[in-house]
Amino acid sequence: MSPLSLLLPFALALGAPQTQVPVGPGVWRPIFPPEEGLEEVPVGRFLLDARPVTNAELLAFVRTHPEWRRDRVSRALADEGYLTHWAAPDALGPDARPDQPATRVSWYAARAYCAARGARLPTVAEWELAAAASEDEPDASRDPEFRARILAWYGQPATATLADVGQGEPNYWGVSDLHGLVWEWTEDFNSLLVSGDNREQKGADKLQFCGAGALEARDRGDYAAFMRVAQRSSMEAHYSTSTLGFRCASDGGKP
Amino acid sequence: MRNLLAALLLAACERETPTPAAPPPAEVPTAALAPSTNAPTMPDAPLYDVAMTLEDQGGAKVGLDTFRGHPAVLSMFYASCKAACPMLISKIQGIEARLSPEARAELRVLLVSFDPERDTPEVLQRLALEQHLDLNRWKLARPAPQDVRLLSALLGVKWNRLSNGEFNHSSVLVLLDRDGEPVSRLGTLADDPTSFLQTVEAMASTAPVSAVAP
Repeated sequence: MSPLSLLLPFALALGAPQTQVPVGPGVWRPIFPPEEGLEEVPVGRFLLDARPVTNAELLAFVRTHPEWRRDRVSRALADEGYLTHWAAPDALGPDARPDQPATRVSWYAARAYCAARGARLPTVAEWELAAAASEDEPDASRDPEFRARILAWYGQPATATLADVGQGEPNYWGVSDLHGLVWEWTEDFNSLLVSGDNREQKGADKLQFCGAGALEARDRGDYAAFMRVAQRSSMEAHYSTSTLGFRCASDGGKP
Repeated sequence: MRNLLAALLLAACERETPTPAAPPPAEVPTAALAPSTNAPTMPDAPLYDVAMTLEDQGGAKVGLDTFRGHPAVLSMFYASCKAACPMLISKIQGIEARLSPEARAELRVLLVSFDPERDTPEVLQRLALEQHLDLNRWKLARPAPQDVRLLSALLGVKWNRLSNGEFNHSSVLVLLDRDGEPVSRLGTLADDPTSFLQTVEAMASTAPVSAVAP
C-alpha cells in the first residue's frame, strides 16, 4: 500500500495534501554524541512528511478517534493545555486555522495520530538529518551562513499568529518548516541524557544517569542545535505547548 | 561553554518555550543562574489509564496496574546493568528499611526492564534471588519491545540503547498511589527520600477506598 493511499483519508485540509518524501541515507553529527566515540550516527533512508501536521488534519483524527478529544483524553496522556486553543473539542474556531501546524499536542497524541496513518514519529536522528539540509545541500550543518539564517529565527520576537505550513522554500529533500515554524516531537525525544543543571559534577551525573553519564558537547558553534537539545530535554511526554507540533515519518526501504 | 549550555537548558525549561529575544550570551556567571527549575511535572492522573501487558519473573502476564490498590514504586532497569541498577535496588531496599512495618507491608515495587529481549523471566527470577527481593511485594517484569519507549515516557525516564547492548538511563523512582496516580518522584539516586518516605507512610495509614487488590 503506497504511503499516499494511507494519507488520503486525512487529506481534508484546505491546503496542499500531506506528502511524504524520501530523506537520506546520510550521517548525523550530533552535538552531544549519544555514546562516547559515536560522533557520526548513520541514518538509513526513510520517508518524512513534507510539512508539519495541520490543525485540520488533527481535527479529522480527533473526530474519528474521540478518545483523543480534549474533554475525553486521560490527563496521563495529555496535559491541561491540550488543544485548548480550539473553539470546541471537535471544532477549530478562529484561533486555530486549518493550515496552521497543529500545536498544543502531547507526544502521546502525536504518536497516536501517526499510528492511525500507518506511520510513526521520526527519531531525533532522522529529524536532525533532514534538518541539516539547506535548499541546495543535503548537509549544510557546518555552513556558517546556513547556521546564521537558522539562528536568526530564534532572534526574532514570536509573532502573534503562527504561520500556515508550507510557506517557506523546501529544503534539498523537499521538506519544509523544519526551521522557523514550531518545535517538533520526535519518537525518542527522551533519549538524550543531559541534565537540566549542567553545573553538576561528573560524579553527580553518574548518580543520575547510568552508563555514559555526562556528555561532552561537540561542535560548539551550532547554537540552534543546542536550543533543540534544550527544548527536547525539557519536555515530558504529556506536555503540550503552543510552540510545539509534529510531523510523521515512515520506514522507507529502497525505491 | 558549560555555563552557556546550562543557561540555554534553564531557559528552555519553561513550559511555554518562548522564542529567545537575542542570541545567547557567550558566558553567564554561575552566580547569576537560578537554581535548577528542571523538576518535571508528573501528570495528575493515573498512569494505569494506559493499558500495558508485562511478563513477570514467574512468566505470568500482568498489567501495568498489577499493584492497583497499593502504594507502588515503579522504575526501569535492566538485568545485566552493573552499576546504577544494583544501586537502584539498594536505594529502594534502603527506603523500605526506613518504613514502619505497616507501611512496608503495604508497599509494592515494580521494576520493568529496558531489555525485554535479554531479560527473560528466567533471567529476572535469577536476579530476584540474587538480590534477595521479597517476591510477595516486588515484581521484576519485561514489557513488549514496542512498549519500552512508551513506559519510559510515562515514568519520565530518559534512556537510550548503546551500541554494545548496554543502556544509558536515568534512575527515576516514581511513587504511585493506590489508583496509580503519581504522588512522589525521586529523579536521581542521590535525591533525599524523606518526602518520599513520608508519602508512603501517609498512604499506608489511609485505608483504601476501593476494593483491596491482592
